[in-house]
Amino acid sequence: MDGIICESRAVGETVAIIETSNLTYTYPGGKEPSLKDVSLTIEKGEFVILTGPSGCGKTTLCRCFNGLIPHFYSGKLEGDIKVAGHNVSEHSIYELAKNVGLVFQNPENQLFALSVEKDVAFGLENLGLPREDMKKRVDWALQMTGIQDLRERAPHELSGGQQQRVAIACVLAMQPEVMVLDEPTSFLDPLGAQKIFEVIDDLNEKLGITVILVEHRLDLASRYANHVIVMDEGKAVLDGKPLDVFTSERARLIGVGIPKATRLYQVLQERGVHLSGVPVNSREASLLLQEVLARDRG
Amino acid sequence: MIEVKDVYFTYPSNVEALKGVSLTIQGGDFVAIMGQNGAGKTTLVKHFNGLLKPTKGGVIVDGIDTREESIAKLSRKVGFVFQNPDNQLFCETVEDEVAFALRNFGFEKKAIRKRVEWAINLLGLTRYRQSSPFMLSGGERKRVALASVLAWDPDVVILDEPTIGQDYEQKEKLRQFIVQLNAQGKTVTIVTHDVEFVAECNPRVVLMAQGKIVAEGDGKHILTDRKLVAEASIVPPQISQIFMGLSDFGLPTDVIDVYEARDILLDFLEGGS
Repeated sequence: MDGIICESRAVGETVAIIETSNLTYTYPGGKEPSLKDVSLTIEKGEFVILTGPSGCGKTTLCRCFNGLIPHFYSGKLEGDIKVAGHNVSEHSIYELAKNVGLVFQNPENQLFALSVEKDVAFGLENLGLPREDMKKRVDWALQMTGIQDLRERAPHELSGGQQQRVAIACVLAMQPEVMVLDEPTSFLDPLGAQKIFEVIDDLNEKLGITVILVEHRLDLASRYANHVIVMDEGKAVLDGKPLDVFTSERARLIGVGIPKATRLYQVLQERGVHLSGVPVNSREASLLLQEVLARDRG
Repeated sequence: MIEVKDVYFTYPSNVEALKGVSLTIQGGDFVAIMGQNGAGKTTLVKHFNGLLKPTKGGVIVDGIDTREESIAKLSRKVGFVFQNPDNQLFCETVEDEVAFALRNFGFEKKAIRKRVEWAINLLGLTRYRQSSPFMLSGGERKRVALASVLAWDPDVVILDEPTIGQDYEQKEKLRQFIVQLNAQGKTVTIVTHDVEFVAECNPRVVLMAQGKIVAEGDGKHILTDRKLVAEASIVPPQISQIFMGLSDFGLPTDVIDVYEARDILLDFLEGGS
């Protein structure tokens, strides 16, 4: 059963790609820090879910990963943060952009060009890619996000869900070492969201891109992750494997929306029905329940 | 009561977003409009308070044709909370934001104070009263937008994607709150992709695809119909997916609630042993 429950991925080497130690940050004019003593390590190639109550500091932490904090937002940053070997405080957003791509929570804040194609090509122009390569990358990113037919449309005329796809395509095209996605599918319908998660998962597996996904809808996203970080009131309070985090008492107290599959396991347990493992998605739950039901019938 | 009669709507860009939609929402109904991106959900509900007027067909709100009434008057009756709170917020403090519409509607000072207090408390925003909405997180801004509409106590409340950016606890509060509003006789319409939220709230579900309504009924039936959900680009709730994997045991597949699921499984196990 272990093979099914703990979907451990083959990680060739364990190299830290993001390391923070005692990271504390206060926005300009902020009364108290939005991040408090955050120390964490993200290994190269991991698929990380970053979650926690709204206002807990998830977005703020993402802004540190690509240098928006401290370079754009100023404010007061203490402690250390290293991304892909660079000390964030000492490297500009421009330099960090080669390593880290960020998909914003609100796509409107990210898109500005007059056509989708130009928006997706913008980052590549800045990297100085040859024209032919650029064209290939743009085509590929549009295809991966399923928006080839929006190529000539103006981003500001698109629906929220379509804009989100464009924002994701912009970052995909860059093929950064680390992709940080801040609730990238909140405006998308569930099937659309699932497709995007699958594309991201694929990039994670095939190209080894490290993924940090901010998400509340764990029912949809948890199956892809191999590392979960839960924040609460500016602190990283839980940090570990999905299963350990989702089943911890603390996660329940903070109000992390544990997947329904795990919840069903818990309410059955309370009534004396024990499954042989803890499911975090529907397939696992079905398999574990089949065992119990078959045993009973047999 | 809101009556939508064979409504067609074409945007100036020539995109035909609604293609003959008819729907009746009675006073006190609780309806969830679901369906894929671009299906016309937001376009449809923007007709309820007159923000959009039909190209063909008609929308009647409490006996009044929306073409013959100002948006300001309709808004008093039908409150609309936008999908993206940034399209709605503009004041310098949360308190001002929530009071803004009340001042416009001409409420007395004392009443405004009371209602602002009530709405801010209700949505857990007390500590941000004096903060700028733009200093808040995405999820918090969404709650400010919600508070500013609920403050004027409209008969009909339309919530476009209310759960976006909300954590589990806030969603649970929102759910209890919607159920309570509805119990008080308010008409509540939500536009959402959040199948788990719908599974927990259990409203009447209206499913849209490509500018048309393709199904209407109980969440329990609609959300567990594989063909329908695929057509509307949503995925069945997780509990229903689990039960689809247990069909060999003769268990029902139209289960969406975790406690109902538990009881069915316990029954099966007790019956068997």
